[in-house]
Amino acid sequence: MSLVATQELLKIENLVLHFKTTKGVVQAVDGVDFELGTNRAVVILGESGCGKTSLSKALLRLLPRNVDKYSGKVLLQGTDVMELDEEEYRQNVRWVSMSLVPQAAMNSLNPVLKVGEQVAEPAILHLGLSKDEALGLVYKMFQHVGVPLDFVERYPFELSGGMRQRVALAMALVTSPSLIVLDEPTSALDLLTQANIMNVLKRIKHELGTSFILITHDIATSSELADEVAIMYAGQIVETGDAKDFFPAPLHPYAQMLMASVPRLRSDADPIFINGQPPSLMNPPTGCRFAARCPFRFEKCSEEPPVFRKGNRKVKCWLHN
Amino acid sequence: MIHTTELKEAMRMSTKIQAQREVLLSIRDLHVWYELRRFGFSHIGYVKAVDGVSFEMAQGETVAVVGESGCGKSSLMKTILGINIPTRGELIFEGKNLSKLAGSDLRDYRFDIGYVQQDPYGALPPFMSVQQILEEPLLVSGVKDKEKRMERIHKTMTEVKLHPVEDFLHKFPHMLSGGQQQRVVIARAMILEPKMIVADEPVSMLDASVRVEILKLLRSLQEQHRLSVIYITHDLSTVKYFSERIFVMYAGNLVEKAETRRLLTNPLHPYTLALLAATSDPDAGNADDFKEVPPGEPPSLVNPPKGCRFHPRCAKAIAGLCDEKEPVDFEPEPGHFVACWLYQKESP
Repeated sequence: MSLVATQELLKIENLVLHFKTTKGVVQAVDGVDFELGTNRAVVILGESGCGKTSLSKALLRLLPRNVDKYSGKVLLQGTDVMELDEEEYRQNVRWVSMSLVPQAAMNSLNPVLKVGEQVAEPAILHLGLSKDEALGLVYKMFQHVGVPLDFVERYPFELSGGMRQRVALAMALVTSPSLIVLDEPTSALDLLTQANIMNVLKRIKHELGTSFILITHDIATSSELADEVAIMYAGQIVETGDAKDFFPAPLHPYAQMLMASVPRLRSDADPIFINGQPPSLMNPPTGCRFAARCPFRFEKCSEEPPVFRKGNRKVKCWLHN
Repeated sequence: MIHTTELKEAMRMSTKIQAQREVLLSIRDLHVWYELRRFGFSHIGYVKAVDGVSFEMAQGETVAVVGESGCGKSSLMKTILGINIPTRGELIFEGKNLSKLAGSDLRDYRFDIGYVQQDPYGALPPFMSVQQILEEPLLVSGVKDKEKRMERIHKTMTEVKLHPVEDFLHKFPHMLSGGQQQRVVIARAMILEPKMIVADEPVSMLDASVRVEILKLLRSLQEQHRLSVIYITHDLSTVKYFSERIFVMYAGNLVEKAETRRLLTNPLHPYTLALLAATSDPDAGNADDFKEVPPGEPPSLVNPPKGCRFHPRCAKAIAGLCDEKEPVDFEPEPGHFVACWLYQKESP
């Protein structure tokens, strides 16, 4: 892996995460590949139950106990972090080069600790700073994310939802990782607060050069940050490409229908809906997983489609053979 | 002075609408305040959740109330449902004053209004099957004949497109997908054949691809039964597919009321403008620039700012006016009301 030449930050190959349940094996993440450059943001779009959150857990290796299969390659700055053991991973990867803003991050703060202490904690643990040095860093991070500095002394319940979300972001930023995974960062927030958080993320991307993986189902908001888009369906990525190419003309039928289902404020197009439901991840259908709901399906769709390249774009659909 | 303008407005509106349609619900100067007590004893103030709201709704009309969390939309909704008791003001439904209703009259009023909750899974009792869920309102309202009840259940379930009906009757909520759960909630709201439906963010918990399906279903039910619908949401992009008029709510007040088209093409209140600017459409160009968002956060409803409640966040605030006097509703164009001093002169 020549790191310098490609400017590649993250490369995921055939990442698999299956869970054991009493009813069978849930194939939540089933062979995901994508790449991400330095200072880029990729949006992973998908409906609930498609495996987006499991993907974020797989990346950060925050796994529950019922893992059935966890394999693949995750090359972060050239090293395969899947090879590291738990302790090495904790010391060198999690919150050092890659951190997470979990889903409903605003509710994941510890209610009995002052927010300043909570944000300082990763810096003390991972960077070996003293408490005062770490607090200095906290002030800097609060400036970046737009939290008033005197909030350091406050408890989470004294903050509004938007402010708590910013604090969670500051906590992810405090060790200056090169990559932040954001799991639905705006879903529980109000419209104006959402716009504010997206502004903050954009500013951080410009000022600190951080890369983002933004996991969401909110297509409209995701376009605020996306350089690249990956569409996830039933545990697999079905299309990836540049945001500038994707948003005007998605290639995969699922992506096309998903885009057409978004109600728009500034156009009169009548939104459509997709018939049927996503398949169960316990027993995904053979062949293309979207075939049952796809209006363009033909005989070939009973075989699993490989990934076809179209310029910079990739699409997992026989139509683009 | 405020009173007379509002009265005039109410009269003008009512004559206008009455010319076309019958008024179903009329709300006048509604206040819903919750008392705050220290340790449950001494009075320390009020949360002024709804503070002077007036509007009228015709039979068969759909209205969207748009606002952020904490602006009082839920309190307004609960008052309309007859759960909250208004502190001041009147709520008149089909000529009957809600605050004067009691006992069985109040119960009958509630039968006339259906409620579609935000979170379908939370709204459905997990231990009851779809049949039991839909049968209960019929039992409560006194439909004694089992066959009649089943007939109504079948009819309503077909209407909300839960077919084949037999497949769903004995399922429990956890066996249904989010979209199907929301259909059961809608069926439950519809089963007593109400005159009005209050839908509280009916699609915000659903996936993008299902959202439109549910909105279209609500729309077709509304048209078919000539229902009045109050659609409460924070998502402006779904509003135009659904409602004829939009009310924008901020800190307990309705700051702008207009027909949907007009409000979206010619928004007037600075808060409405901010909401519209913050709503994005999926477009790769969005990533290139920052959004304009008014500074600060919505005010506390215990001590709302003096004058216009939006003035501390408003770039166009007029010193000495906006921070002193509460704006009344102006009508810069017919049928378009805005509570903002900027439109004082344009008003006839």
